[in-house]
Amino acid sequence: MNTTRRTVLRSATASGMLAGLIAAGALRPTQVLAADWNKAAFEAKDAPGALKGIGAGATVDSKDLIVRVPDIAENGAVVPVDVVSTIPNTSSISILVEKNPSPLSAHFELGNGALPEVSARLKLGQTSMVKAVAKADGKFYTAQKEVKVTVGGCGG
Amino acid sequence: MADPMKIRASLKGDVAEIRILMAHAMETGQRKDAAGNVVPAHFIQSMTVEVGGKKVVDGQIGTSVSRNPVFGFKMKGAKVGDKVIVNWIDSKGDKRTDEAAIA
Repeated sequence: MNTTRRTVLRSATASGMLAGLIAAGALRPTQVLAADWNKAAFEAKDAPGALKGIGAGATVDSKDLIVRVPDIAENGAVVPVDVVSTIPNTSSISILVEKNPSPLSAHFELGNGALPEVSARLKLGQTSMVKAVAKADGKFYTAQKEVKVTVGGCGG
Repeated sequence: MADPMKIRASLKGDVAEIRILMAHAMETGQRKDAAGNVVPAHFIQSMTVEVGGKKVVDGQIGTSVSRNPVFGFKMKGAKVGDKVIVNWIDSKGDKRTDEAAIA
């Protein structure tokens, strides 16, 4: 048998099929993601990187921003977090878990009557500071509180 | 299609409290299954809350939000009967929209 001819035929079929799949949309070069998701901020590996990603390069500690978390979490997989801001004109609230592999947890833009008061349940891989960031009149304010975790929420 | 959300919206005085429970695995991409294979990341990335036709919350979330996420928001200016519409879209493009009325 003519092996060269076989090989050529086989590779031609394979590449033809691949092209067909791409055309049919079965294989896409990149995954389709939510259009407005802030990839840089959410994939940042440390808190300063995440803060930079949401545009909060310079922050000021504020007593008017309150982070309510349990002191000790027995189960790091579900940790309730409440953030309340009394800073006038708070327009967005972000929550970070400093020691998580990707610290930025959530970012909420608030408008049309929404109060600067949000709650969520987060995963904590280990004992960590939970940091809230509030944006008001173009400035960024922060507050943080530590949660001690006895069983982590990120491993398997 | 993912399971429906549970949305509770009630008016207390002039403040409406909205609580949302989403059914989602929120895989971080770090967990391993019983065979030791990494479970690929799959998590909700964006969510919005609309009340009475106006966008009240425009949220983006990451992998540190817990499985079956629960969120709570408060707002002023809503009336009993206003429609609350919640949307989410995840990292694989799956999406879900559910609605409730303020009680």
